[in-house]
Amino acid sequence: MLTVGMLAPAELRSRLSGDGLVLRTGPFTNLIRSDVPHLIDTVALMYADYPVEPGGGFADFHLDYRRSRGLRRWFRSQVHFAYDGSTPFQPLPLAQAYPMLEWTMNWCVSHRAHGYLIIHAAVLEKHGRGIILPAPPGSGKSTLTAALLGHGWRLLSDEMTLVRPDDAMLVPVPRPVSLKNASIDVIRAFRPDAVLSRPVEETTKGTIAHVKAPRDSILRAGEPVRAACVVFPRYEAGADLALTPLPKARAFMELADNCFNYQVLGARGFAALGELIDTSDAYTFRYSSLPDAMALFDRLAQGAA
Amino acid sequence: MMSPSKALPLLVRVLRDPGVAVALDAAGWDLLLRQADAANLDALLLVLLEDAGLLDAVPAAPRAHLEWTRTAAASHAQAVRHEVRQIQRALQGLGLPLLLLKGAAYAMAGLDAGRGRLFSDIDILVPKSSLPDVEAALMMHGWITTHHDAYDQRYYREWMHELPPLQHARRGNSIDVHHAILPETAPVRPAPELLRAAARPIAGQPDLATLAPADMVLHSAVHLFFDGEFDKGLRDLVDLHRLLREWGAQPGFWDALPARARALELGRPLFYALRYCTRLLGTPVPPAVLAAVAPAGPNAALLWLMDRLFDRALLPLHPSCADAFSGLARFALYVRGNWLRMPPMLLARHLFHKAFLSPAKHADA
Repeated sequence: MLTVGMLAPAELRSRLSGDGLVLRTGPFTNLIRSDVPHLIDTVALMYADYPVEPGGGFADFHLDYRRSRGLRRWFRSQVHFAYDGSTPFQPLPLAQAYPMLEWTMNWCVSHRAHGYLIIHAAVLEKHGRGIILPAPPGSGKSTLTAALLGHGWRLLSDEMTLVRPDDAMLVPVPRPVSLKNASIDVIRAFRPDAVLSRPVEETTKGTIAHVKAPRDSILRAGEPVRAACVVFPRYEAGADLALTPLPKARAFMELADNCFNYQVLGARGFAALGELIDTSDAYTFRYSSLPDAMALFDRLAQGAA
Repeated sequence: MMSPSKALPLLVRVLRDPGVAVALDAAGWDLLLRQADAANLDALLLVLLEDAGLLDAVPAAPRAHLEWTRTAAASHAQAVRHEVRQIQRALQGLGLPLLLLKGAAYAMAGLDAGRGRLFSDIDILVPKSSLPDVEAALMMHGWITTHHDAYDQRYYREWMHELPPLQHARRGNSIDVHHAILPETAPVRPAPELLRAAARPIAGQPDLATLAPADMVLHSAVHLFFDGEFDKGLRDLVDLHRLLREWGAQPGFWDALPARARALELGRPLFYALRYCTRLLGTPVPPAVLAAVAPAGPNAALLWLMDRLFDRALLPLHPSCADAFSGLARFALYVRGNWLRMPPMLLARHLFHKAFLSPAKHADA
C-alpha cells in the first residue's frame, strides 16, 4: 500500500500542484490540489501514514487550495479554497491554510455523506469497545481525545462520529486531532511523543495545532466498532473526577442535538440513534486531571465503570 | 439541429440517454457526478438511472454518492410538504386557493419534473390586491422580510413582480410571493388574471392549485429565458424537458401551447424553450408546433448570437464544461436579463445603485 510518507517530497509536491493527490481517509477519497508550500509540508507531516490512491479514477471530494495571485501574492497573501471549481467560503490568511484544509475536509463529509448519521463527537476504541465523546467546543473533548491516544486507545475520529444506519456500527474516519489554545501545551507536556503541526495563531478559534493520528488507527480505519458508551465530558479546573449516569432519553436528545444530519436522515436517523443508545451506557463526565481521566477510561474499556 | 455528439458534456449525454452511463469507467463516473453536482442535478441523475433499471450497474463509490443524494432528496421532499402545509395554515383565512409555482408545484402535483428536483424557495402566485393581506398573514405566522435596505424594498415593491423574499424566523425556509410572472417594468406583462383563471386544483388536495399545463410550461420558459442568471440553467431546461414530455403525452396539449403563448405575449420565450430543449436534450416536439412558434423567434443574425450564448450558458456550471467564451456568454446574458426586465434608464439607475451605493452602505454598517 502506497502512503504519503513513501512519496519523495518532489513527487508529493508535483502531485499536489498537478493532477492532485488522492488521499484516503477512512471510507472517503479526497483529491487535493495546492500550490501553498507550507500546506504541502504540513500534509507530508500529518498525513505521512495515510494511503494514497492512484490518480485518474473516482474521488469522493475535490478540494483545491491556492494562494492569492497579483498584488495579494506579496501583500497579506491569502489561501483560496475551491470545491471542484466553486468557492463556498471566503479566503483566509495564508498562514491558516492547514486549518482550512482540515475543516473543509470535515465540511465535505458533514454536508454530503448522508449514508451515515454524523454526530459532532470524538470517538475512540479500546478492547473492542467504542466510546463516543460528544461535546460543545471548550469542553475539553479534543484534549481528552489526544491524551487517550497515548494510552492505547484507537482513534476513529476527533470531530465526526459516523454511524452506519443499518446496524449502528461506528465507521472510522481517523484524522488529525485539533487542539486549541492552552490545550496545545497541555498535550505537549502530557504526551511528549505526540507529533504536532506548527501552531497557527489568530484563527477564529484562537491558536490551533493538530495532533497526528496514531499510525495503528490509520491502518485499522477499515474496522468498524460497536458503541459501548456515550460520555459527555466537561473540563473544570480543580474539580474532582465525577462520572454520573445519564438517563438514556436525555442522552438520546443530546446526541440528536449534536448531529450534523439527523433531520436529513429522518426516520432512519431516529432508528440508528435509538439502536446506538440501546446498546450503550451514557454518562456525564467531569474532570480536571488527565492521569485520573486515563485511569477511569481504562475502567470503561474493561466494561466496568 | 445539434446531433448528440461527443461534443456535448457527459452529463447532457446521460440526460439524453441514461444508457451512456453503463460504459463509464471510474474517471467517467467521477466527471459525471461532478457535473451533476455543479448543475444541481445529482438527485435527478439517481431518478434517471433508477427508472432505466441501471442502478445496479453503477460501481460502488459513485453508487454510494447517489444513495447519499437519495437521502437528501427524500428529506427535501418531506420538508417541502411540511412547509406547504404551514403556508396553507397561515393563509387559510383569506379564502384564496394556494397557487403554487415551479418546484413546489411540480413536487406537490406529483409531476415527473418534481422527482429528484431540489430547490430552496417556495413560490406562490396571489392576486395583487391580496398582497397586503397575504404578507400580513405570513408575518403573523413567523415569516419575516429578508431585505431591510430601503432601496431593496422599493426595488421589489415598485418594480418587481414579487414581494421581497420572506424567511421563516424559526425554520429558515423562504417563500416568494408573486403577483405576476414578470416584473412590472418588463416590456411584456402576461396577464396574471388569465393565469389564475386557468389554474387547476391538485387532485386529492382541493386547497392547492397549480398553473394549467401550458401556463406551467410558459412560466418555466419565462423564468429561464427572461432571467439573467444561468447557474441553474441546465436544471431549468431539464424542468422544461420533463414538463413537455409529460404534458406532451396528453391530448390537446401541443395544439393549445402556441396559441396560449401568443395570448400571453410569451411567443419568444416559448420559441427559445423549444429550440434549446430539442437542441440540447433531444426533447420530442411535433414539427407542426416548432413551425407554429418559428415566427416568434428572432432574426437570423440574433439567433446565431443567441445560439452561441445559450449553448454555453445552459451547460453545467463546471470547469469541464467551460471554454474561452463561457464567462463572456454568461455575462452577456446577465446584462440581457436585466435589460429585458427594466427600461434602460431604470436599469442604469438600478445598476448604479447596486454597484456604488449599496456596497458603500454595507461598508458603513
